[in-house]
Amino acid sequence: MATTDTVTAETRVALSPNFRNPAVRVRGIEKRYGSVQAVAGVDLEVADGEFFTMLGPSGSGKTTLLRLIAGFERPDAGTVELAGVDVTRLPPYARDVNTVFQDYALFPHMSVQENVEYGLRVRRVPKSARVERARAALEMVRLGGLGDRRPVQLSGGQRQRVALARSIVNEPSVLLLDEPLGALDLKLRQEMQGELKRIQREVGITFIYVTHDQEEALTMSDRIAVFNQGRIEQVGTAVDVYERPSTEFAAGFVGTSNFLVRDGQRFTVRPEKIQVLSPGAEAPGQLHAEEGAVVDLVYLGAATRMTVALDTGGQVVALRQNLEAADIAPPFPPGARVRVAWDWAQAHEIETSPVADRSNTSTRRAEV
Amino acid sequence: MAESARPRARQSDGVARINAALWKRAWLRATLTLTPPLAWFLVIYVASLVVMLVTAFWTVNPLANTLEHSWTLANFRTIFTSTYLTIIGRTVVIAALVTITDAVIAFPFAFFMARVAGPRSRRILFSAVLLPLWASYLARVYAWIAILQKGGVLNWTLGHIGLGAPNLGYTNVAIWLVFSYIWLPFMIVPVYSALERIPDSYLEASADLGARNWRTTLRIVLPLALPGVVAGSIFTFSLTLGDFITPILIGGASSNFVGNVIYSNIGTAGNLPFAAALAVVPIVIMSIYLLGARALGAFEAL
Repeated sequence: MATTDTVTAETRVALSPNFRNPAVRVRGIEKRYGSVQAVAGVDLEVADGEFFTMLGPSGSGKTTLLRLIAGFERPDAGTVELAGVDVTRLPPYARDVNTVFQDYALFPHMSVQENVEYGLRVRRVPKSARVERARAALEMVRLGGLGDRRPVQLSGGQRQRVALARSIVNEPSVLLLDEPLGALDLKLRQEMQGELKRIQREVGITFIYVTHDQEEALTMSDRIAVFNQGRIEQVGTAVDVYERPSTEFAAGFVGTSNFLVRDGQRFTVRPEKIQVLSPGAEAPGQLHAEEGAVVDLVYLGAATRMTVALDTGGQVVALRQNLEAADIAPPFPPGARVRVAWDWAQAHEIETSPVADRSNTSTRRAEV
Repeated sequence: MAESARPRARQSDGVARINAALWKRAWLRATLTLTPPLAWFLVIYVASLVVMLVTAFWTVNPLANTLEHSWTLANFRTIFTSTYLTIIGRTVVIAALVTITDAVIAFPFAFFMARVAGPRSRRILFSAVLLPLWASYLARVYAWIAILQKGGVLNWTLGHIGLGAPNLGYTNVAIWLVFSYIWLPFMIVPVYSALERIPDSYLEASADLGARNWRTTLRIVLPLALPGVVAGSIFTFSLTLGDFITPILIGGASSNFVGNVIYSNIGTAGNLPFAAALAVVPIVIMSIYLLGARALGAFEAL
């Protein structure tokens, strides 16, 4: 098994986020709603200019933490710092952050232009500068010329862009995004993911992005924090979190994972790293091979997902690239004997998460 | 195919054909649905209004005291004399004052109910607002007489504190007070429902964009609550405009309202055509009021 610690350190150095002056620093933050502990002691540092994603299932505390940073909620314990200044007691209007809301929260009685100008107007930016900046912001989100429309006259994707323009026009030091693409269809969502990345690069603002979509998190983020039950399970780059999940929850929530116990050690292997071979076939190279029977087969288009029950105990899910059309070269049918093989170097030893919620993990896996 | 045909086969052919015809023709469905209520509306409501308008152009023979069915504008000419213009002016001014008073009281009250109060206190406040409507209108007006008249509660209390008795009974101020009290629930309820519909995220977004609470109230809450205020003002304004009981009971000699002038013309004076002509006045005023509200964009956020 790989020496994970050194690799993690190297990756982090390669991205070199500026940690000496974090844009956001959260210390020991706790928030409780009645009997529900929404955030249970979180420490976090987000570097200046970083695209930071808070990933987790619903109810894991990620949105609450975002609202605490924005100032919509007061923490029960802990502090929030923006650029080194403690803002824990400051109201939202006194914080240099802006939020893109999940429901966009565009003001329906104002035109698109007026919506975007709102923050500048509040800050008494002169009219000509205000109009110009709002127009530029709308250009940036590719909505130039739609300034006279009302929000109700726009599509979901366009509203989302207006919400984004309304926030970035104020040039905040940190932009908070609360599942901003949640209401969009898949195609539009993927398009907007690219747009968001582009805009973040152009304006250079620190983005803190909340999502429950692991794919979105992996494709967009500089770093990801995996949330579970009000705590952070792991913080790291997309590669860190995916290839070297530090807890069972992180392994199960981000992508699909196989958990196996061999020689008393618990480890995880990603499905795409498992090869499915004919029974008795020679495993290539130094791969570790085991025999088993196909339990389930799901055609996914680009790949086929196979569940194999191993003779030595446990089950693994393997992802097999459909190099040939599935009906021309049918994969192993359910019940067939197969040989599965993987490289031990690609497996990752894991300890059981202290707060791991097994049922939750398995349902997520089913969705993915 | 076969499965989807089965439930249809159970119906008789005739029913199926009617259903199909209705399904295809939306206008036919609309016509059939709307004809009964529309017919009722036309007979009961519009027809009586038309009769009233026609009557306004007739006169009463002062000697025989009978209706003369000859067309004349005399009634309307009478309205434009100073006596009646004063009465109309008084009515409109007090109706407007009542509306403004109720809006000013109702807005913070409804805001508290809709956005601050917990579910329990909201229920209590709602009951408090609606409970007076269960008591008779007359009982409530008489209660105010007991408060405002010469030996009433108000004079007595203020006299004892040493502020002097204001003697509000049977004045225009008394009318304004009582109307504001009586119509207040009709303002609170629509304003409440308008405020309740504003999502929290709008207020958060406004604060997030740098606005303090007063600015959020002015720029976001007030414009979005405006349709509710307008709806409430239609109640307070038009109800005051047409009321005749309060001016009779609580108003003085110089507190005639359009409503009680109409009332006395129907009753004691027996001049039905003039009453009808005078009844056109509140209709015209309300039409102007609604058109004005629309021009100001009060219905745009609906």
